Amino acid sequence: MNFGVIVFPGSNCDHDCGHVLGDVLGQKVIEVWHKETSLTGLDAVILPGGFSYGDYLRTGAIARFSPVMGAVKQFADAGGLVLGICNGFQILLEAGLLPGAMLRNRSLSFVCQDIHVRVENAATPFTGRCEPGQVLKLPIAHADGNYYTDEVTRSQLQANAQIVFRYCTPAGKVTPEANPNGSLDNIAGIRNAAGNVLGMMPHPERSAEEVLGNDDGRLIFLSMLDELKKAKLQLKMVGAG
Amino acid sequence: MKAKIHVTLKKGILDPQGKAIEHALETLGFKSVSNVRMGKYLELDVNEQDRGKAEAQVKAMCDKLLANTIIEEYRYELS
Repeated sequence: MNFGVIVFPGSNCDHDCGHVLGDVLGQKVIEVWHKETSLTGLDAVILPGGFSYGDYLRTGAIARFSPVMGAVKQFADAGGLVLGICNGFQILLEAGLLPGAMLRNRSLSFVCQDIHVRVENAATPFTGRCEPGQVLKLPIAHADGNYYTDEVTRSQLQANAQIVFRYCTPAGKVTPEANPNGSLDNIAGIRNAAGNVLGMMPHPERSAEEVLGNDDGRLIFLSMLDELKKAKLQLKMVGAG
Repeated sequence: MKAKIHVTLKKGILDPQGKAIEHALETLGFKSVSNVRMGKYLELDVNEQDRGKAEAQVKAMCDKLLANTIIEEYRYELS
């Protein structure tokens, strides 16, 4: 499958994403510079972590206007899989491809540590390999992960199963103590209403190889692969492949 | 024309930076301080003589980029 990894000025997790998808999972990885306006030929798009535009003004605020984002929006509107990790999630929020906004971490610190998330929705293209309620250990590294939205949107997210990951204890309990940044309702990752766009603050690309001590994150990429292979197979069966 | 723009967090949005500043002020002995909120101040020149047009442009800049209207509000002065 062809995975596009968007590179903004200041992105710094693009190589890790490329390494996991290319070297670990054997997929074709195309680095897409933020000035590109075409995503033709890509099966999925990743917006990686980092500090696009130095987080100037607001994190993701300037990157969302990069030329490539028009194509990302079209790709998403057409149902293509889009995964935003950390700064990628922030850019998707600023671009309006996901609802809500990020605030500074409640502690005001840049938090860099392993946390646990509970899979709240295992029926998404990004969590198909997970069990409902499964606990994943993933690293976070961010200063602006305090997810916020108004109560109306929050209850819609809840009702539509759009909350995909919540911060939890290692045992899977969603508690205030397990919340590393003050995010509303311990939200660590959400999907859009159509279900093809996911944003998550933790870094699955930093936890996708056993040799690094943690490969829970690989499940997210494997789930995406499953989904893409299933879609290609369906196209073949319909005679369009 | 010159625009002076203030971007602040909406009321009700937690402002931990404001709180941290408030505590620091209290530590310095300013015990009468409360409700510290921190915002952003921007200045820019708009190459437009017509005040109405300049204002429309500044408002559009704020709505589109300078403020995230989910969590922030803004006010501006033109001169």
